[in-house]
Amino acid sequence: MKITLKVWRQKNKDAKGEFKTYEHNHVSADMSFLEMLDVLNEELTKKNEEPIAFDHDCREGICGMCSLYINGHPHGPLQTTTCQLHMRSFQDGETITIEPWRAKAFPVVRDLVVDRTAFDRIQQAGAYVNVNTGGVPDANEIPISKKIADEAFDAASCIGCGACVAACKNASAMLFVGAKVSQFALLPQGKVERKERVEKMVAQMDAEGFGSCTNTYACEAECPKGIKIANIARMNREYFGAMISSYQIESGGGGD
Amino acid sequence: MNLDSKIPEGIVAEKWTKHKFNLKLVNPANKRKYEVIVVGTGLAGASAAASLGELGYNVKAFCFQDSPRRAHSIAAQGGINAAKNYQNDGDSIYRLFYDTVKGGDYRAREGNVYRLAESSVSIIDQCVAQGVPFAREYGGLLANRSFGGAQVSRTFYARGQTGQQLLLGAYGALNRQIANGKVKMYNRTEMLDLVVVDGKAKGIITRNLITGKVEAHSADAVLLCTGGYGNVFYLSTNAKGSNVTAAWRAHKKGALFGNPCFTQIHPTCIPVTGTHQSKLTLMSESLRNDGRVWVPKKAMPGLKSKDAAAIPESERDYFLERKYPSFGNLVPRDVASRNAKQVCDEGRGVGSGLAVFLDFSDAINRDGEDTIRAKYGNLFDMYAQITGENPYKGPMMIYPAVHYTMGGLWVDYNLQTTVPGLYALGEANFSDHGANRLGASALMQGLADGYFVIPYTLGDYLATIGWNDKVSTDHPAFQEAISAVNDRMNKLINIKGKKTVDDFHRQLGLTMWEYCGMSRSEEGLKKAKKIIQDIKAEFWTNVNVLGGASELNQELEKAGRVADFIELGELMVDDALNRTESCGGHFREESQTPEGEALRKDDEFAYVAAWEFKGENQPEALHKEELKFENVKLTQRSYK
Repeated sequence: MKITLKVWRQKNKDAKGEFKTYEHNHVSADMSFLEMLDVLNEELTKKNEEPIAFDHDCREGICGMCSLYINGHPHGPLQTTTCQLHMRSFQDGETITIEPWRAKAFPVVRDLVVDRTAFDRIQQAGAYVNVNTGGVPDANEIPISKKIADEAFDAASCIGCGACVAACKNASAMLFVGAKVSQFALLPQGKVERKERVEKMVAQMDAEGFGSCTNTYACEAECPKGIKIANIARMNREYFGAMISSYQIESGGGGD
Repeated sequence: MNLDSKIPEGIVAEKWTKHKFNLKLVNPANKRKYEVIVVGTGLAGASAAASLGELGYNVKAFCFQDSPRRAHSIAAQGGINAAKNYQNDGDSIYRLFYDTVKGGDYRAREGNVYRLAESSVSIIDQCVAQGVPFAREYGGLLANRSFGGAQVSRTFYARGQTGQQLLLGAYGALNRQIANGKVKMYNRTEMLDLVVVDGKAKGIITRNLITGKVEAHSADAVLLCTGGYGNVFYLSTNAKGSNVTAAWRAHKKGALFGNPCFTQIHPTCIPVTGTHQSKLTLMSESLRNDGRVWVPKKAMPGLKSKDAAAIPESERDYFLERKYPSFGNLVPRDVASRNAKQVCDEGRGVGSGLAVFLDFSDAINRDGEDTIRAKYGNLFDMYAQITGENPYKGPMMIYPAVHYTMGGLWVDYNLQTTVPGLYALGEANFSDHGANRLGASALMQGLADGYFVIPYTLGDYLATIGWNDKVSTDHPAFQEAISAVNDRMNKLINIKGKKTVDDFHRQLGLTMWEYCGMSRSEEGLKKAKKIIQDIKAEFWTNVNVLGGASELNQELEKAGRVADFIELGELMVDDALNRTESCGGHFREESQTPEGEALRKDDEFAYVAAWEFKGENQPEALHKEELKFENVKLTQRSYK
């Protein structure tokens, strides 16, 4: 296969970026999209041109490190991560445009690499159960219905790649945050702190500069792990519930 | 050098309890006076950093990824073992201990393994309390499955994403400590050297991968939780970034390296498609519970999955079921891998010739497609995604790939290396899996080390040295280490040769796979040693690393890692040459039974081979730690 690539090149976060065009003549249909870029980078290196920086690690669709906005879609045309996208999804002779994730809260670091530490900070705000190591009950002490456990798992399978933000015209992180809030709101272990958790995580999400949700469902359509929009609805319910019976009031003796 | 494993005396079941009592404690008010560095944030690192933060120590944690949640533990699929005996099928701590020592082909320490089995029970409790959504039965209790050759169902799992869920649990605990100010997290930061002062580990040198800034960090102790070195083979199931650099730098600063040649080749991976291949993808071996492995009895070059159904039963060789009737398709990984290689070497491989079938048609006919989808849906999807073929319609094609390294930094019972104050946890150490790791035991070990071992053993060391034993980063040892790191990077950038870093890495990988992979011989290993020395010489004169050191430079990162892999590769070959027995994943062609099975030599090789760095381009010195077996009887493994 022969393809033409238009790739966003940007030296660092302060530099002005631009698209550069590369003709790539050594592409096979069995290559993953990232392997196609590996081959191009080796060719560039042999021509003493600096290779294209992009994030990747596990290359099996689970670490969430790879990104790339390909032909107007995060992770490209399929509902999968970029590392699991193969060149058989493209036509011989096609022109492919590759950009970094575009969002105020994800500044470009270099070329196609962006800074997603905002996601870490949102999770630091409360995406955990406050238990120390040791001194916890036996694992089978609290039965959890299979249906609830499966639903919590579905929410927990989010890989934190940021495709939802990249897909959203508002650069909203509601699908990501909703998934994490849902996992804990569903499980008995997480219910104890559900109100405080959702308040803190939403506050941090807003502070990071992510936009609001206007229900276009683009995030669900692009999520490589099939995280459902229902998680956003659940987060909203949790948030309203927390706000009308704030945990601070509850701890003062009232509440539900 | 006297390698003291510090295994406590006494009955194996009481060793850890007794040892914990004898370890010194650090007063709660004094814990805040200590600083601890944790390198790597996979299961071992994240759980250690979180647990130490909870206890009150000041922790600095480092990862090269953009977030600690992305460490490669996240990719573990199948599950985690624990001796809960929830299934009432005869499991116990003793049985898990016994199976692990036996599965490791009697090259692990009894004391360590018993402690691992003992801790396994608490790990599951901890993870559930954190909100890890394990698979459950309709009654609401936890589900289990049998895994990788175990005769009991002791594996806990979260669909095919167990590692992800466990890591996110540990990451949550880590985040909690970051929010509490007890852990300071350094993302996209790579450790490039260890600093040793007066014989004790006192800090590390790091490089910020975004700005290129080289920095010194001092501490009272350093914990390396940096995973395995499977990427020495270039193609492996490891993440692209997984590397040996932290462990190798520590080795060159005095930490002995244990059993480097013990690598695990996993039988169920997706075969290679071409030279562009950048990594291999593992399919959880839970697939072998329902999939049957076969090749045609007579060579049929190029046989495709879609044509497999047309081959009559009488012309198929279910070689694992034939040779190992009692374990069948569930034989341990090394046995399954070696047999797959054997049938392919005989010319009976399918597809490219380097593949065997893993066939689900019997299971689908028996249980229905929906049941199989519920059990393995995500694995089938992954297979279809990568190969473009539908595994519900024809058999999968699989071939072995490098997956895990049992070898690693030598540690004593306290997880301390031969450098006081330097610890190694999880896959980075050599300790618990002997010559072969059982399925679903890696997650168990990473979390046991981080949650339940290091919080006790580290305190003993810290209480011994006291909180005033501090070294500032102005100390000449730190300044010298910074200069050495900068010099090395500048050297790499200024070679300006003709070959890419990956050219060298691929060449190294092919050499290791060919001569130090599934089967090894004296002749091949000697050849490999020469080739690796040539690769090293050429690398340092002909590699091309573009860009500078003070910016994000992914080629420079890779170059440093590959330089270390080359040196490690030579040590692996030396270790494999020394061990003229076959054991576990290490198969020496000169040492086999008349039936072609691995033949151990317990009278000569029941020891840990620990290697000491003696200087650049000098042969390393071998030290032996004798292994004593007081509980488990050494037998030739048989899965017939």
